[in-house]
Amino acid sequence: MATSQRMPANSGMRGLHGSFDNDHRRHIYEVSVDSDKQLLKTPLHQWHIEHQGRMVEFAGWSMPVQYTSIIEEHQQTRNSIGMFDVSHMGRLYFSGTNVAEFLDTLTTRRIAGVECGKIRYSLMTNDSGGILDDVLVYHLSDLAGEPFHMMVVNASNRAKIVNWLNERKIGIDIQIEDRTESSAMIAVQGPLANDAVKNLSDVDPDSLAYYTGTTTRICGKEAILSRTGYTGEDGCEIMASGDDAQLIWDEVFTRAAAAGGGAAGLAARDTLRLEAGMPLYGHELSESTNPAQTDLKFAIQMKGREFVGRSAIAEARKNSDLWIRSGLELEGRRAAREECQVFHGEQAVGVVTSGSYTPTLQKSISMAYIHPDHRELGTTLSVDIRGKLHNATVVQVPFYQRPV
Amino acid sequence: MTPEELVFAETHEWAHIAEQDGEKIATIGISANAVEALTDLVYMDLPAAGTAVTAGNSFGEVESVKATSELYSPINGEIVEVNTALPDNLEILNSDPYGEGWIIKIKVSGETPENLMDYVAYQKQCDEAH
Repeated sequence: MATSQRMPANSGMRGLHGSFDNDHRRHIYEVSVDSDKQLLKTPLHQWHIEHQGRMVEFAGWSMPVQYTSIIEEHQQTRNSIGMFDVSHMGRLYFSGTNVAEFLDTLTTRRIAGVECGKIRYSLMTNDSGGILDDVLVYHLSDLAGEPFHMMVVNASNRAKIVNWLNERKIGIDIQIEDRTESSAMIAVQGPLANDAVKNLSDVDPDSLAYYTGTTTRICGKEAILSRTGYTGEDGCEIMASGDDAQLIWDEVFTRAAAAGGGAAGLAARDTLRLEAGMPLYGHELSESTNPAQTDLKFAIQMKGREFVGRSAIAEARKNSDLWIRSGLELEGRRAAREECQVFHGEQAVGVVTSGSYTPTLQKSISMAYIHPDHRELGTTLSVDIRGKLHNATVVQVPFYQRPV
Repeated sequence: MTPEELVFAETHEWAHIAEQDGEKIATIGISANAVEALTDLVYMDLPAAGTAVTAGNSFGEVESVKATSELYSPINGEIVEVNTALPDNLEILNSDPYGEGWIIKIKVSGETPENLMDYVAYQKQCDEAH
């Protein structure tokens, strides 16, 4: 098919984003870490080992992919609390003059003028509109009341984004400090998550609006607390110094365990975010994807703004043949994985970017990029899984929404 | 069956070879180590009886929540029986991987490949992978 402009997972992209997610087709048992390789370790690494975490390489880090069972960790997060060590995510702190205005020239979403306390999900694009990363930009104040900006980026893109920012700020009075390796980030997710943090924190997470945050003290230690997450559940995330991470983790873990929760690994994080319809860089997002294709309209603000990649996004919006991020539900239990082709009759009309048989929905679901003529809800398509066609129906994304 | 009665492939399949009506029949499954490593199994795709299989080549797949894994035949021959109850009862692989959890039976053709290991050698391979 000539119209497959989107090639999200071409061979050139593979291998850039860690080995766990991009290699679904593997031999049985290839899950142990290559011990010869120098991997980065989070401040909680030893805890994971002591708690039977299966450590795998992810974007140059040794990370727990699971502790017990993926299904159990997933359900625990949906029903009570899942605790995730996400210290591998890049944490960049900005100082200097007009930081918000500078970031605003590089993000698809407005950052300038965003009030203190707010957190914005945004894409960053290159000149041709290719997505460099999806990021969270935090505008917070420190304990002394001084405002600052920081950004959380994907582990696989950290070096790229730091370089990109450094190249763009030449001649501008802005300093970037990458505190990823000296700090920790803990996601506490689930319907009971905020309760587990409440009594440890000077600020009750429930008092924060969704996608806001604050600098506070947790277990007496300076930390950033935010009402954010990547699971589709309520909850919060904590950023603290690496030296304080274990203390905070232990205190929250004790409360989480008492409430029927526990630690959860990268695999459960992946099935949770898939059900919640959240894109993952390296799968749904890449430098060969244009934001106009992502169906993330809230994260793209064009009016009255100028930013790197803007004209390419405007151009892409006029192209009615560009494949758009969509949801598919397959019959049966077989999962469509990344790169499976989607057909309408004999015509290739899309490609799967993520898929799994997921624990909460107990269905085989996929995110796929699909031609706009074939992505109306209820449309029947077929997915080629290793040479066999399977019926699939176009469904709403997110696949799962938490009960209110 | 106990694992000591079996031979193992590097790719974690086991085989039990026995004479039956003058034919050599190999029963094939996957090891307890493999089942433990895969966890959260949701799906298994199996071939039909009558399919020819080649040692080292895929004859089916097993899928967990996280990933899809190939099943490789340790033996050359033709599939004579398939455990059709297994895909709907994958927990059998956890409870009895070397018995009720058998996957296919093969009428063996030619010699048994030399690279298959006994249980002790196989366990050693698994231990070294950690």
